[in-house]
Amino acid sequence: MAEPALSYYGKPIIKEPVWKTEIPHYFFAGGLAGTSATLSAAARAAGNEPLARRALYVAAAGVTVSPYFLIKDLGRPMRFYNMLRVFKVTSPMSVGTWIVAAEGTSTGIAAACQLFGVLPRIRATAQAVSGLLGPAMATYTGALVADSVVPAWHEARHELPLVFAGSSAAAAGGIAAALTPSERGRPARRLGIMGAVTELVTQSVMEKRMGELVAEPYRKGEGGRYARAGQAALLGGTAVMLLAGRTRVGAAVAGTLLATGSWCTRFAVYHAGKTSAGDPAYTSVLQRARVAERGQPAVTRYGKTPFTRL
Amino acid sequence: MRHGDGQTTYGLQIQPRVGFFTDTSVCIGCKACEVACKEWNLVPEDGLVWSGNSYDNTGELSANTWRHVAFIEQQVDDGFRWLMSSDVCKHCTHAGCLDVCPTGAITRTEFGTVVIQDDVCNGCGYCVTACPFGVISKREIGGDGGMHKCTLCYDRLEDGLEPACAKACPTKSIQFGPLDELLERAHGRLEDLRESGVDDARLYGADENDGVGGMGSVFLLLDEPEVYGLPPDPVDPTRNLGAIWAAAAAAAVVLAAGVAFAFAGETDG
Repeated sequence: MAEPALSYYGKPIIKEPVWKTEIPHYFFAGGLAGTSATLSAAARAAGNEPLARRALYVAAAGVTVSPYFLIKDLGRPMRFYNMLRVFKVTSPMSVGTWIVAAEGTSTGIAAACQLFGVLPRIRATAQAVSGLLGPAMATYTGALVADSVVPAWHEARHELPLVFAGSSAAAAGGIAAALTPSERGRPARRLGIMGAVTELVTQSVMEKRMGELVAEPYRKGEGGRYARAGQAALLGGTAVMLLAGRTRVGAAVAGTLLATGSWCTRFAVYHAGKTSAGDPAYTSVLQRARVAERGQPAVTRYGKTPFTRL
Repeated sequence: MRHGDGQTTYGLQIQPRVGFFTDTSVCIGCKACEVACKEWNLVPEDGLVWSGNSYDNTGELSANTWRHVAFIEQQVDDGFRWLMSSDVCKHCTHAGCLDVCPTGAITRTEFGTVVIQDDVCNGCGYCVTACPFGVISKREIGGDGGMHKCTLCYDRLEDGLEPACAKACPTKSIQFGPLDELLERAHGRLEDLRESGVDDARLYGADENDGVGGMGSVFLLLDEPEVYGLPPDPVDPTRNLGAIWAAAAAAAVVLAAGVAFAFAGETDG
């Protein structure tokens, strides 16, 4: 840490998030599911059946594994249903629970009808609901982590939802492109590329706006490693998609790279948050600057040198 | 009379908002508060270790430590001084933990205090990331899995008793009472100390215009808050939730537009 900060034996001021790696896995799976659902609904509206079907199955897979990750991470998994006893707009997790429940149900119904070729009207309705909720499913997680005291998350609050939106589009577009015959896969390829570019640009804007110190956990340590890996995968995936996306192999390679990049971004955000909470300087220096900005008179500081033990 | 957010909820059952005034200038570091708290609230033993950080072997507030006495050894101009302070949940006017709790397990009581209902908490951990003071954490002992923190002895308050820590404090460093009264006392004490030449004395949590709308636990400190492990400018993250939801909504619209744009120029068949 470049700037020295006052602290109590170097201990963190805020607690490190207790969330385990299930959470970034969920961010990836949930984002992929949401945007795939919307891609599928749009493909259906555009008359692109092969793409609509594949994206719908990807979405169904995503909504199936999402609750597993979410419930597994709970300290008391058997009580997951307590999430369903309230609806609170002040809690992005509460709002998100209802989004996930609705998205999971509608996507599940649509995919089942599709798979068995039954109930076309119910399928159409379920698909419309799932397509409309998709963007909410893909972006609320950005709001969820932003509504915290963790500097690397809270100070990124204006950009994180868009980073997550881009990330989910890169994954959904990439995977759909890899699975769809190339003559019908163009919208998926375009979505994947747009998503990757959005993610890369927004992430860079975000870090710039946060300032050197607060953005540091996205550049150094575990967060930095995932962020760099993600950027490389997204750039590589975009390049391959542009150059060779029309071939089956090219689309498969590009899609895998884009999905990997998206996955790395979620882990970068997760680890950056942990690092950011674990070092008191990120909290203290940031808040000190705020106090100074308000022009509050500094109280006389007395004996700030810590006592040195022999 | 000051009340918490619960006024509309509790109606006639509403009680005056209560809290703590922790005057660290008279704390002697006896840790009677820590012990009384653990005993009364059946907070489990979480390891008997020597930290090497002065007389502090508890370390920090957590699911298993609801009162924590900090010990700070300082070299000052005329030698050495020892700062001791008993930290506790701030029972914020605008409590981030309560705002973000997705199960409604965290509630505001009729006393204006903030309590986690253990039989409702499902251990999601969102409150841990929303507390500006690092008060809440997860209890792993015995496979508990839930989040825990100071209840300001809700059970004792209901029976008209003061919290265990305040009751046990031998120097009145921890004072309990209606928050109005405590604030008055805190300001009076600050004035006395300033008059007798303790220039570095200051109140912490006594400003209702701060980032958490004022705290239910007010402190008199003798150095910067960070020295005691406290944040200098705590803010309830939900304060910025409008901007956060706006950013999420905008991102969702961009995403939907992006998907639509991906199909631009596509023809049927």
